[in-house]
Amino acid sequence: MADFTMPSLGADMIEGTLVEWMVEPGDKVKSGDVVAVIETSKGAIETEIFVSGTVQELLVKVGETVPVGTVLATIRSVENVRHPAESASESAMPIPQELKPVTVATSRPVATLKTGIVRASPAARKLAADQGLDLADISGSGPGGAVTLNDVQAAAGMKQAGQESGRVSRGFDPASMRQGIAAAMARSKKEIPHYYLSTEINMKPAQQWLAEENARRKINDRLLQVVLPLKAMALALRKVPELNGFYKNGEFNQSERIHVGVAVALRGGGLVAPALHDVDSKTLDELMQDLNDLITRARTGMLRSSELTDPTITLTNMGENGVEGIFGIIYPPQVAILGLGKVMERPWVVDGRIEVRPVMLASLSADHRVSDGHRGAVFLNTLDKLLQTPEAL
Amino acid sequence: MSRLSKTPEQTHAILRRELENIAPEADLSQLDNDADIREELDIDSFDFVRYIAAVCDALELDVPELDYIEFTTLARAEKYLGTLG
Repeated sequence: MADFTMPSLGADMIEGTLVEWMVEPGDKVKSGDVVAVIETSKGAIETEIFVSGTVQELLVKVGETVPVGTVLATIRSVENVRHPAESASESAMPIPQELKPVTVATSRPVATLKTGIVRASPAARKLAADQGLDLADISGSGPGGAVTLNDVQAAAGMKQAGQESGRVSRGFDPASMRQGIAAAMARSKKEIPHYYLSTEINMKPAQQWLAEENARRKINDRLLQVVLPLKAMALALRKVPELNGFYKNGEFNQSERIHVGVAVALRGGGLVAPALHDVDSKTLDELMQDLNDLITRARTGMLRSSELTDPTITLTNMGENGVEGIFGIIYPPQVAILGLGKVMERPWVVDGRIEVRPVMLASLSADHRVSDGHRGAVFLNTLDKLLQTPEAL
Repeated sequence: MSRLSKTPEQTHAILRRELENIAPEADLSQLDNDADIREELDIDSFDFVRYIAAVCDALELDVPELDYIEFTTLARAEKYLGTLG
């Protein structure tokens, strides 16, 4: 028997509200399945389970608010499976739950993407199919306009939307998100002795390669420049693994897997940094595809709990905002964050001559309890070197 | 790249519709046709490319990456797409 408990999805989270069950007693579940939607003060999160077995009993009803750690359901377990973030670590280090670059859902009222895909929870999708309803015809009240089970039930005439006693709003709360960011960043500044390094990287090879590659591709298959440093940083981490992992309870637990938290700014304020998994072992095309999926879901409030707890390092790209560089604040319990600035034309010495080159400032903020400047410099130099041969990424 | 078979009015409507899908929180009625949509609507490169891709899907055409700059304003995009017809 195993318990499925209210997870901690942020250092400041003390309770959560069950918005939706996606399983019923008797259903078989496997590790990684989304079994519930949990509303925190910062939004709604599709929450996964990390055991495999059969759902025995649902102990908390939709609409109930309970403290972190409360047993939500009991599972007749076949096996206990380690949480991805836990298994990414060599030791039995606890899940990095104190992290939490914050929540997810935005207030953007769009559920239909350009591809025609309608955002909807699995339970809503299933019920709509059972009822012969087209999700595109249903007005979504979930995060980002996503269609929820209640919406489908209302559309099916099964009940009025909002009638259910447990109905809660799934909107994103900018004030709460700001509080979450503040708590995590204040803790980081207080506890982590940061050191900062930066280097200018000649991006001409990367830009040339990317332009030629994209010229051969249809618009939907093209790569964004950010996937190049994303892959390069993951490969560089193989060489400097002490930047990849978590510092908890007075010790560093290096992660064997490289899950990069990608900082995604939400229009209207707020920030999330969900994980792209196993970045070092993926192709650029796979990373672009994953990035498309992740950013879209981050902006429509459809992230999963594990994506918020898994990042082993963070990448923040401020080049978008036209700034030359950023020296980021580490998300605890991570131990490093890489910042990218805007690619700008700069004088560059080539064979004793000054030429114009597109140059990007890459900056590293790292935890001095775990690494020192020398190793940080090795990381940045490796990153630079890798970006000079983009075809090899 | 296929020839554009839409009228200028239809193209304009598609541009606005897809922009609304990308930035649904924005009040497009206040958007100047000559304003840079990236600055006015806080659209990053990811959403900017999504917007162009959506417009291209709707118009059943493809545009080279070098021409993305033509989509920075509604007026410029309308003019550019008009040249493809």
